Amino acid sequence: MTSVATIDTDLSTETLIALLTSMLRIRMFEERIVALYPEQEMKCPVHLCIGQEAIASGVCANLEVKDYVFSNHRGHGHAIAKGADFRPLMAEFYGKKTGCSAGKGGSMHIIDLPRGVFGTSAIVGGGIPMGVGAALASSLKRDGRVTIIFFGDGASEEGVFYESFNFAALKKLPVVFVCENNLYATNSPQTARHSTCRIADSAAVFGSHGACIDGNDAVSVYWSAKKAVEKARAGQGPSLIEALTYRWKGHVGPEADHEKGLRPKDELFEWIKRCPIEGFKKQLLDTGLLNEERIADITTSIKVEIDDAIEFAKMSQYPSPEDLLKNVYFTPDGGI
Amino acid sequence: MTTKQMGVFQRPANMVGAINATLAQEMDRDKDVVILGEDVGRDGGVFRVTEGLQKRFGPGRVMDTPLAELGIVGASVGMAIYGLRPVAEIQFMGFIYAAIEQIFSHASRMRSRSRGRFTCPLVIRTPYGIGIKAPELHSESAEALFCHMPGIKVVVPSSPYNAKGLLASAIRDDDPVIFLEPSRLYRAIKSDVPDEEYLLPLGKGEVYQEGKDLTIVAWGAMLHKAAEAADGFDAEIIDLQTLKPFDEELILSSVKKTGRLVVAHEATTLCGLGAEIAAFVSEAAFGYMKAPVMRVAGYEAVTPMARLEDDFNPGIERIKRAYELVMEY
Repeated sequence: MTSVATIDTDLSTETLIALLTSMLRIRMFEERIVALYPEQEMKCPVHLCIGQEAIASGVCANLEVKDYVFSNHRGHGHAIAKGADFRPLMAEFYGKKTGCSAGKGGSMHIIDLPRGVFGTSAIVGGGIPMGVGAALASSLKRDGRVTIIFFGDGASEEGVFYESFNFAALKKLPVVFVCENNLYATNSPQTARHSTCRIADSAAVFGSHGACIDGNDAVSVYWSAKKAVEKARAGQGPSLIEALTYRWKGHVGPEADHEKGLRPKDELFEWIKRCPIEGFKKQLLDTGLLNEERIADITTSIKVEIDDAIEFAKMSQYPSPEDLLKNVYFTPDGGI
Repeated sequence: MTTKQMGVFQRPANMVGAINATLAQEMDRDKDVVILGEDVGRDGGVFRVTEGLQKRFGPGRVMDTPLAELGIVGASVGMAIYGLRPVAEIQFMGFIYAAIEQIFSHASRMRSRSRGRFTCPLVIRTPYGIGIKAPELHSESAEALFCHMPGIKVVVPSSPYNAKGLLASAIRDDDPVIFLEPSRLYRAIKSDVPDEEYLLPLGKGEVYQEGKDLTIVAWGAMLHKAAEAADGFDAEIIDLQTLKPFDEELILSSVKKTGRLVVAHEATTLCGLGAEIAAFVSEAAFGYMKAPVMRVAGYEAVTPMARLEDDFNPGIERIKRAYELVMEY
C-alpha cells in the first residue's frame, strides 16, 4: 500500500486547507499531551491517535454540525475533527470540574453535545449499538441526520458489531461504520486475531457496501466518506469503511511501543514515512495551493487555542467530594 | 389484595392486560415512546403483552428487532440519549445477561459521564421469576444484580393495579429503569384497573396489610406467598414495589413498631436484596429490634425444572417457619 496523498483537483482549495487544518489540530493537540504528560498533572490514561488523523478529518469534513459521532477510547481525534471545544477536553484530561465529564470521566469519556459528539467509552465496541440507536431515532424522526460510528479493528471482533450492522442494514438506517484498522488491538496484531484480514468484506454479508481504503490519505477518506454519508442521508442504509492506518504511540500513554519492545521499530518508521500530514502538506505546497507562511499562520492559531485550553484546564477547580454524588440520577437542577 | 378506588371507569384486568393498556396509554400520550424487542410487533410478544400495539401505532413505534439482546439494549440507549423514550422487551430475564454490558457500562452512567446533560429515559421490561414451569434462564430472579449498579432503578409490580401505575411512572422517569414482571402473576390474579391514567411513585413501597407483631418485606409474586404464610400472625406486610431505590422510610417506620423483620424473596439468599435490607435495618433500627432479621430466600442453586421448583423456591411452610423463628426468639 502506498500512502502518497494525491491532491484531487475536484476538491476545492478551501476543503483541502480545511482537511490539513483539521489534521494539524489533532496532531498538535496530541503532541502537546505527549509533552505535558511527564509533568504528571494529567492523571488520566490517554489513548493517542497520532498517525491516524486523516480518518477523523476526512470523515468529519463531510458532516454537518447536527450530525452525530460515536467514538471509542481513542477518541480525541474524532471529537476534534467534529469541532469539539479544546477547553472542556483538556480540562477533562486534568480531571477538572470544567471538563466535558465534570472531571469524572477522563480522556475516555468525551462528550460535546452542541457539536454532536455523542460519547466515547472504554468498552471496545460499546458505542456501536448506541450509534445505531441514534440513527434509528433519526430515521423515526426524519431529522436528516447522519450518525458516524468510529471503531477499531479490535471492535470488529465483538459480536455487537455484527448485531448492530445487521440491525442498521435491516432498517436502512442513516449510519456510517468507520473502522480504523491500525492493525493492532493493544499489542496483538490483526493476523493473530482474524481469520480473514479484510474487515470491509463483513458489509457484504448484510447486503451493504464495504470499502477498504488508505486511511492515511485524507483525500481518499474524504471521497469514500462522502459517498457513504450521502447514501446514508438519502435513506439508502449503512456503509462500512475500513481505513488502514497505524498508531504511532502505544496502546495507552505517550511512549512509542518499540521503546518497550512491543512492536518493531522498523514497522513504525515505515508508517511514519506514510505520515497522513507531511505528504499532504508537501503536495499542497508543491502545487502552490498553500505557502509556508499560510501554514505558519494555521499552526500559530492552533497553538494559541491549545495554550488557552491548557491554561483553562490548569486554572480550573477540581471537583469537590460533594460532586461525587451528583449526576447519578435525575435531579431537577439538570446536573453541573 | 388492596384495590384502590379511583374513578368510575375501572374494570378487572390481569397483569398482561394492565401492562398492555399502560403501554398504549403512554404511546398515546407521548410520541417519543417507542417499543422494541424480539417478536413484540407482528406477533405481540411471547406473553402477549404487546399484542395489538403494532397494529395500532405502526411498525415504526412498535419494532420487531433482530434476535440480539445486546444490540436491542444498545440501540435503546442510543435512542434514549437522542431524546426518545424506548421501552425494550427482553423475552425472559435470563436473556438479559447478553445485554448487561450496555446496561451496566453505558445506560447506568450516561448521566454521570455527561455532566448530567444526557438523560437515559429507558425502560427494559422483562418477565421474571419462577412461574411458568420453565427451568433455568426462563425463571431467573436476578434483581439484586441490577440494584447493585449505581444509576439504575429497579421496579417490580405485584398486581395489575400497581403494574399500571408503576410502569407509567417508569416510562416517564428520566433514568433507566429495569421493570421486572413476575411471570407467575401475568394471568394469575385480576384487580380493578381504572381506565384513566394514574401514577404510582417510584421509590415508594406500600403497606399491603397492617399488623403489629412482625414486619414482612416482599415484592412481586413472593408478596402473595408471604401474605398467605402470614395467616395466623399479626403481621405488617410491605410490598416494596421499587427495589432500587427502596423505601427506607416505610421499612423503618414499620420495624420501629413491630421490632421484627422477615424478608422473603425468590432470588438466592447470598447477596440478595434481603441482605441489603437486613443490613440497613440493623444499622438504622438496631435498638428497636426484638429479634434478628431473617431472610427466607432461594438456595445457592440454579433454578430447576418443574419437579424441584417448589423445593428451590421458598414455599408457604418455609416462610411460615421463618416467621415463627422470629416470633419465638
